[in-house]
Amino acid sequence: MLALAKLARIEIGDEEAEGLSHEFDAILEYVVEVKKAQNLKVSPLVSDSQGETLKNVLREDREPHEAGFYTEKILAQSPMREGDYLKVKKIL
Amino acid sequence: MTPEEIRAKDKDIHAFLEVFDDAKSYGEGPLSGKTIALKDNILFEGHKASAASKILENFTAPYDATVVKKLKAAGAIIVGRTNMDEFAMGSSTENSAYGVTKNPHSLERVPGGSSGGSAAAVAVGMCDLALGSDTGGSIRQPAAFCGVVGLKPTYGRVSRFGLIAMASSFDQIGPLAKTVSEAEILYNIIKGQDPMDSTTISEETYPIKKKFSKVIGIPRAFVDSEGVDEYVKKNFEEAIKKFQALGYEVRDIELAHIKYSLAVYYIIMPAEASSNLARFDGVRYGFHKDGQDSIDDYFKTRGAGFGREARRRIILGTYVLSSGYYDEYYGSALKMKELITRELKEVFGEIDLFLTPTTPTTAFKLGEKTLDPLSMYLADIFTVHANISGCPAISLPSGFSGKLPLGVELTADLGRENNLFIAGKDFLNEPH
Repeated sequence: MLALAKLARIEIGDEEAEGLSHEFDAILEYVVEVKKAQNLKVSPLVSDSQGETLKNVLREDREPHEAGFYTEKILAQSPMREGDYLKVKKIL
Repeated sequence: MTPEEIRAKDKDIHAFLEVFDDAKSYGEGPLSGKTIALKDNILFEGHKASAASKILENFTAPYDATVVKKLKAAGAIIVGRTNMDEFAMGSSTENSAYGVTKNPHSLERVPGGSSGGSAAAVAVGMCDLALGSDTGGSIRQPAAFCGVVGLKPTYGRVSRFGLIAMASSFDQIGPLAKTVSEAEILYNIIKGQDPMDSTTISEETYPIKKKFSKVIGIPRAFVDSEGVDEYVKKNFEEAIKKFQALGYEVRDIELAHIKYSLAVYYIIMPAEASSNLARFDGVRYGFHKDGQDSIDDYFKTRGAGFGREARRRIILGTYVLSSGYYDEYYGSALKMKELITRELKEVFGEIDLFLTPTTPTTAFKLGEKTLDPLSMYLADIFTVHANISGCPAISLPSGFSGKLPLGVELTADLGRENNLFIAGKDFLNEPH
């Protein structure tokens, strides 16, 4: 459980890890019934109601907002900033 | 009602996280003079939006959600932001980082969740209308517990631009109101395709294939699920009789896969939530807790910033997506989701709507389910199919058990919200 929490980048204590593993046992025992579908051939797998496979829809890359329009509003929310940059600790 | 009057009325209920002192009208329109509350996961420029999480404690919305833009243009007065389960994760509003909301019909009980604050605020008249979000029942379940109307529109009907995401293939914004007519008015204002949300649909996406002919299906085996209280079943039978008396044809239907909806939901939802909530890192915005180095900042920030249920779901999502378990859980859940969707599509060739209770019980006591997450999850047993399939569904007040409200839920085919409004108004004796 602690390894999973590490993958999720969340610090948890031993007691919570212990509690979570019991809770996960109960939850996984409940959700395991979906495995009935594991070996079925279902295609297309993810479709809309018309039976067509879903695809990404992108906006055209044009008409940008004025440069810097949101900069101050967004940077003002940063816990650490330096000028117009987000500041992080030394990585290497 | 002035902000002071709302605060005074909200003292014992705590539906609002904040009542705005600067509430005003932004124009003239169909909602002129109407007051509306926003669930705390919907962005309203210049105002806080925390998703009831400590990790967004000091976050101020830098722009308006599309629904907020539409509300402003319609003349609505936005009076405040309402309490919710943190990141919309829960069925009781007890997972809020800012205290619980109480059910206005009984203060020792939950209002439902996750849009519990919105439902309670409408129920006691602290606002005329409210917006909630519904990922697995989060509008309809609190609507039933508080005795109001709650609608989850078709997936893609309402733009989620400016909604703090939980599970993106299920999340949908919708109205809570005292009547079906008011819910319909609000729905018509917030709906529509939006270039800022590529999942939104157009009026042509789901053409009408079956003329509305007042046929309601009853999935008997599903309604008889374990854990459904007797008084809920009795109230449900009364609702069926009422529809029959109103000239509706009621027939039993078989849905073989719908019972797997909740299991599908508790795999796909945490999987998507674990991915969506990866953005909260303490670097760009929100709460920050210092660690020894960069990566330790993440561990500390996310460990202390997320509440217990958010931590639980992120870690569960990490598990079902991890190599070795992916096909078993996530892959199987996607297949089952498709089977449920197809099953509903097929049944709507024969019926217009199907009816279930909204919830298996009335509002439960505060603290009753907080120690057992699975029992809390089961509160959504009759609502998640609509999110799994994308279908619209509405919860209608259907009476009381003692002083606690009950609700019944109608589900319609994709794009057929209008059928819900017609039948809902008939059921509540509202003029058309």
